[in-house]
Amino acid sequence: MKLLNYTTSFFALILLVIIPVWAALFYYNMLDEIYDSMDDGLDNQKLLVLQKARTDSTVFRHTAFEQGDDYTVREIPALVAGPSRDMYVDTLMYMKNEDEFEPVRMLKTVFVHNNRYYELKVITSMVEEDDLVNQLLYSLLWLYLGLVATILVLNNVLLRKIWKPFYRLLRKLKGFRLEAPQPVGDIDTRIDEFRLLNDTVQKLLKGNIAAYNSQKQFIENAAHELQTPLAICLNKLELFVERHELSDEQLGQLASVMNGLERASRLNQSLLLLSRIENQQFGQGEVVDINAGARQVLADFSEQAAYKGVTLSLKEEGACAVTMHPDLAGVLLTNLVKNAIVHNVPGGRVEVVLHTGSLEVHNTGSPTSLDRNRIFDRFYKAQSSSSTGLGLAIVKAIADLYGFGVSYAYRQEHVMAVSFGRHE
Amino acid sequence: MKILVIEDEQELLQTIAGSLQMEHYIVETASDFDTALEKAGVYEYDCILLDISLPGGSGLQVLEALKKESKSDGVIIISARDSVDDRIAGLNLGADDYLAKPFHLAELHARVRSVVRRRRFGGNNTLAVANVTANLEARTIAVDGEELSLNRKEFDILLYLLTNRERLVTRTALAEHVWGDRIDEADSYEFIYSQIKNLRKKLKDSGAAVEIQAIYGIGYKLQEL
Repeated sequence: MKLLNYTTSFFALILLVIIPVWAALFYYNMLDEIYDSMDDGLDNQKLLVLQKARTDSTVFRHTAFEQGDDYTVREIPALVAGPSRDMYVDTLMYMKNEDEFEPVRMLKTVFVHNNRYYELKVITSMVEEDDLVNQLLYSLLWLYLGLVATILVLNNVLLRKIWKPFYRLLRKLKGFRLEAPQPVGDIDTRIDEFRLLNDTVQKLLKGNIAAYNSQKQFIENAAHELQTPLAICLNKLELFVERHELSDEQLGQLASVMNGLERASRLNQSLLLLSRIENQQFGQGEVVDINAGARQVLADFSEQAAYKGVTLSLKEEGACAVTMHPDLAGVLLTNLVKNAIVHNVPGGRVEVVLHTGSLEVHNTGSPTSLDRNRIFDRFYKAQSSSSTGLGLAIVKAIADLYGFGVSYAYRQEHVMAVSFGRHE
Repeated sequence: MKILVIEDEQELLQTIAGSLQMEHYIVETASDFDTALEKAGVYEYDCILLDISLPGGSGLQVLEALKKESKSDGVIIISARDSVDDRIAGLNLGADDYLAKPFHLAELHARVRSVVRRRRFGGNNTLAVANVTANLEARTIAVDGEELSLNRKEFDILLYLLTNRERLVTRTALAEHVWGDRIDEADSYEFIYSQIKNLRKKLKDSGAAVEIQAIYGIGYKLQEL
């Protein structure tokens, strides 16, 4: 949920609680005040009637409200009279104009005139509570909606303006990639927090970019520095083997030392290649004929495949020409085909299918799908093998460099697909 | 034949020099920029192995100086920096070849031979070992004048072994030379064995006075019988 909407909904919720509570208090207070003033009026009326009764005997003829009077006087036995005290009651009375029973406020009292007891009822028409409540409810609803609308507008206009630098920073961070860092830039704001946030983010990113670059540099330098000692060891061993008469057992041991060193050297070269790709040390290149490249790679691997009992085939469904560095095109094809042969089974097959804008490598192998999320990771190996575990990582790096799409799927066979169109 | 090895890494320098001496070359060495410039300027060499990163300067500067004096020494750049730019810069400056470290000694020998041959023997593009003659132009190999029927890879393997006759050629060196250096990562180079077996049979059937010896687990050596 957006910050704007969040605050708005928060306010709306608070108002939803506050307004009814406030309305209830307001309603009872007002009602109390109304009753108070109504009762005062009744009391005054009572006094007026009593005053009149002392001089005017017509008062005693008011025995019913029907005559349009607002009071009645009725003689009652002394027994019923009891002590004289005022009693306010709410009651219903038929109103001619409304043609229904309406609530009225009535004051009942007892007075003595010439030693006879009379009951006096004074009425006044009363507030229609249900109408009042209805009216109040509508007003409150409008008030509530008005308030929420105001907040909404204020939030959207004001807050949006205030939070603009924040959202701008957020947008920049969302598009930020460590491999291709774009500066976040300064922001134009008078708000200290935002400026602080921007500065902190800038400092953080600067540190991260520096760390990332030095890490990349480190991998390249480390691999690079290792090449010379590895070369020395290998060459010295070669010379040693040549210069001495050695038994097969001794040769076998030296061979395994050399194999180990060669593996280290290959690993190193792969790491170097990987960091060179990631450091974009290859240019845009030229238009490469992928069909010719694939034919060449398959020819290069034919002996190896034959030795492993794997059949290689090429299906050219279209002419595939891609603008890229020719060396990298070679590496891409080689690594895909190599991978398909190395992780194959005797009697299996590898088929390279070329379309106009894409390439697929199908191969038999282990009968289960590989982890498609990790297959392009560095040093990911489905089963332990003497491979460096960097072949597909290099494929991915090349694809990323040129914006190609690369994917893996298992459809009875393992399928690696590269689509040469631009993918974001 | 004289070869100058310019390399600042002493161990590597000695290994290269030692290996080349076994081929009966006269080897001189230089391990810094000034010595390199001096020796290359004063003497004539059949081939100069030139490291690019040297203490005191760049190997490319040595190359420039050589070309300025229009010296015709063959130059092979050996560099740990297998970067495309270095390669192009070196070759543009007139280097004959470029070899990235680490390299196999067999590969080095093959490159040196090819440079020397081009310089010394101009048009003569044949290589003879005992009764086996390789024609580099026509890409054919004949035994006693009788041409062997070889496919492209068999030719490459045999030529490589002939070039490195009496020397150890590791399986890796052979594989990288014939199949390209990206073929690596193969679980092993066992598949080369079947190729060698075919070659052995063809050599034997044609009565060649050379044989391919296996160095257990490591590689092969072509020997005159």
